[in-house]
This record gives sequence, structure tokens and C-alpha cells, in this order.
Amino acid sequence: MTALEIHTHVQALFPEYDILLDEDVPCIIVPVEAIRTIAMQLRDDESLLFDVLMCLSGVDYSDGTLGVVYHLDSMKHRHKLTVKVIVPIDDAVLPTVSRVWRTADWHEREAFDLVGMRFDGHPDLRRILLPDDWEGHPLRKDYEVPEFYNGMKVPY
Amino acid sequence: MNETLESLRAGIESGRLRTDEIVLNMGPQHPATHGVLRLELVLDGEIILKVIPHMGYLHRCFEKHAEAMTYPQVIPYTDRMDYLASMNNNHGFVLAIETLMGIQVPERVEYIRVIMAELQRIASHLVAVGTFGMDIGAFTPFLYCFRDREYILDIFERTCGARLLYNYFWVGGLSHDVHDGFERETAAFIKHFRPTLTELDNLLNYNKIFIERTVNVGVLPADVAINYGCSGPMLRGSGVDFDLRRDDAYSIYDRFDWEVVVGTNEVGTLGDSWNRHMVRMWEMEQSCRIIEQALESFPQGDISEAIPKKIRPPKGEIYTRVENPRGELGYYVISDGTVNPFRVKARGPCFVNLSVIDEISRGHLIADMTAILGSIDIVLGEVDR
Repeated sequence: MTALEIHTHVQALFPEYDILLDEDVPCIIVPVEAIRTIAMQLRDDESLLFDVLMCLSGVDYSDGTLGVVYHLDSMKHRHKLTVKVIVPIDDAVLPTVSRVWRTADWHEREAFDLVGMRFDGHPDLRRILLPDDWEGHPLRKDYEVPEFYNGMKVPY
Repeated sequence: MNETLESLRAGIESGRLRTDEIVLNMGPQHPATHGVLRLELVLDGEIILKVIPHMGYLHRCFEKHAEAMTYPQVIPYTDRMDYLASMNNNHGFVLAIETLMGIQVPERVEYIRVIMAELQRIASHLVAVGTFGMDIGAFTPFLYCFRDREYILDIFERTCGARLLYNYFWVGGLSHDVHDGFERETAAFIKHFRPTLTELDNLLNYNKIFIERTVNVGVLPADVAINYGCSGPMLRGSGVDFDLRRDDAYSIYDRFDWEVVVGTNEVGTLGDSWNRHMVRMWEMEQSCRIIEQALESFPQGDISEAIPKKIRPPKGEIYTRVENPRGELGYYVISDGTVNPFRVKARGPCFVNLSVIDEISRGHLIADMTAILGSIDIVLGEVDR
């Protein structure tokens, strides 16, 4: 199925949510409160069966929004889909999908660590690559490298 | 003696004596963690109850660096992720940019890329197989593996001057054409290398001690592997017939006659450490087949004709994935139309494969931990990026 067909299919199943289609990428943009339900549907729907979450990336779009991009793949149907969720930077909270795809657990920890959105309901939301006491999220576009970390000079 | 035991048991049951879980730190400087990885093991006696990996010791935020670099400057950074498979890392990134820019590379470049990527796969699997044997206690196979890997590194060195980090694949082409005698040397290597595979079979793979240590250890069922996003030999060791070179074909892999190898029930259980190891062994033979066929129809031509003067992809985004020796390496690149990428995200196979470690080591002994970790075959440069 193409992104257009999937969009029509999913929108028909969830008329209460406003799902957008971006034909340039192509991808579907899902409202933040619906991502958990729609992720479950994408995985279990017989005609979709997106059983693999290839990649989950956090992005700072530098226009006051953060995004989470899910790249999905289906082993059975051999089709792919990109799903996006956009959240405002000052309220960057979205539901976790780590119960839908277990691999999202570490990916979400990475997105939290480097980009700084919070995943509601995540079993273990800690920093994963940076030290626990690091301040800030490096992949934010307005990030400034701290002068010192625990007394050690950071910029080289 | 029996009285003492009896009183101990009575003490435990009545709650006067307490047994407790202990936490053991394995690493970050442990030789069997293949780099700097700390595994926090929660133990009941010698039995593993939980594994909590702590990584980031090698983290340098390559993704942030990439945003300040131009596209060609990012390629050397990708070398340093999975430093045992630099050619394959380059391949994924240049494919992403070429697709964004709509560049069609010359035939000769495609052939050289495939040959280099497969040679690199053999070199990388040799390290994986050798060090895995060493983790279990077999030292000699390690030397055999490294001896043959040297031949491949020599070929790489003669072509592009580097032995580990090549920066060889460029957007639209390659940094150099292959050196004179490349075809002869590569063909000679394949001829020399095939007997080593049999040698390793006799020395390591069907060795009684090796089998005892790896069979039924760390069994990863296929559905768990898929849900955890495992890829490469991890996934195929669990019996899932999936290889990006065939199933999401890129470059010119569809022109060659080769097979995707999967684990078997031949010894032990599908999805155990032995199967993951054997998938790597069998894959080396398949890589040899691809290289042989590519050498047979190796075309002539100019390798630099498609290299663009200015690398400035149009606005857009792309997710490209290639089959690395360790699994699916994906690059998510967003371009804002300037010479610097807006966002580069690398989805490293080691990072994802490592996340399943807690699931497959529960209930095993501490001594099995090295076997499980060795069979996952991680490179910390890529886990930490």
C-alpha cells in the first residue's frame, strides 16, 4: 500500500482524529494524542501489519516545534510508511510506543536524551548516551555547549 | 554437616537469614565486552535475573557534528561508527545523498562498491567469528581469522591508502579508482580464503567444547527478534529469511546469484548463539560468490564522471538502509537545501541489537554472558555514535 492508501484507510477507521498526509515525503502526520492507538492499529491491522519499527528519530525543526519520525516496515506485505508527530517545543510530551514495538524503548530514550521530548508512560526514561548529570539536549538547534562539565573543560 | 545445612535452610525459611540479589558490574573495561560497555548484572547466585546495559562511553554526538559539516565532510564521520565495516557505512550515506540528488553512478563504480562492501563484510565477520571464539576460550581460530583479514586490508590499503577508515565512497563516485592488479589480487584472495572456512569448521564451529558453550545459549525467538527490531545475523540466526540486499535491493545486488542464509535446527535450537555465529560463517561464503561474479563482469570506465561539482541536495528528506555486516544501517537525512545537512540520524544495527540482551540472557549463568554478548557482535563505536 502507498502512503496515500494507508492514509485513507486509517482516516476512515479513526474519523475522530485529524490525520494529515504530506505527499512530498510521503508520510502521514498524526495528532499527538492519537499516536498510541494508531500505532497499535498500524501493527495489527491485517492489511497493514507494520511489525518492524526501523527507526525512530527526534528532530528539532527550529520553528518552535519538535518532531518524532517513525519509519515503519512490514515483513509480510513489504511496504513502508513514515509517520510523524509534531509537538510544540515548550510542551514536548507524547505517548510512548514502546509497548507496541519494544525496540522503541531505546530509541525513545535516545530521542529524550539528545532532543529532549518526554515520552509519557515510558518504562525507563533515562539518558542513554550522555551521562546522567549532563545538562541540556545537544540536538536542539539552540543548544550551546557548556563551558565545563564537572570541572572538566568541554570545548576542545 | 547436614545439621548445618538444615539449620541454614530453617533460618532462610523462617526469615531470620536473608538471601538477596547481588549486583555485579561487568565492564566498562572488561575484555569480553568488545569495547567500553558496562553491563549491570542483577544476580541470584550465579543466575542472571536482569541485565542493564550502560553505554555512552564512546559517545561523541556525530549527529551534531554532521549538522556543522558539508555532506562530503560527513562521510569520514560515518567511517568511525562501525569501524570494522567502514566501507558499508560509507555506502549507506552516499546512497542516501545520491537518492536525494537523483544521481546515477557509473557501472564501474557500482561494481567496485559491491566488491568493496563484500570484502569488508568478510573482514568484519572474520573479526566477529575470531573474537567470539576467543570469548569462549579458543585462541587459535582468532589468529587464523586475523591472518586472512590482513589480505583484505592490504587490498584496501593499495586502493585507497587506508587500512581501517577509508573515506572511499564519495557522493556520485569513489575517491580513487582501484589500483592495478586489484582484480587479480581479489580473485587470488578468494581462492586462498575458501579453505580457511573449512579450517574454521574443523577447528571451531563443530568443536565439542565450542558447541557445549554456545548451543541453547541466549535463544532469541523470531517474533521477539522482529519486535525488538533486530537485524542482520541476529535476525537470520532466528530463522527469519530477510536480507536487505535482496528484500530492499539497492546498488546492483539483484544481478548476482547468491542465497540468504538463515539459522537451522541442525545443532541445538533455532536462534541460539551458535546459529548467530554460523550465519556469519555461511555469509562469508555467499560474499565470496558475489565477489567472484562481480569480478567476472567487471566493467571498464571512468569512476569520477558522476561526482557533482557542488553537493547541495534539494529540500527534502530520506531514509535509506543498507545491509551492514551487523544488520540494518539506516540513515535518516533531512536536507534544507543548503550545503549542510539539517539533520542526520544514523540507525545503527548494534544499538538496536544490543537492546535485546536483557530478554535473551535472563536465567543463564554469568559465564554464558560472554557467549551471548559475543554472538550479538557489537561494535561500541556504533552503539555510542
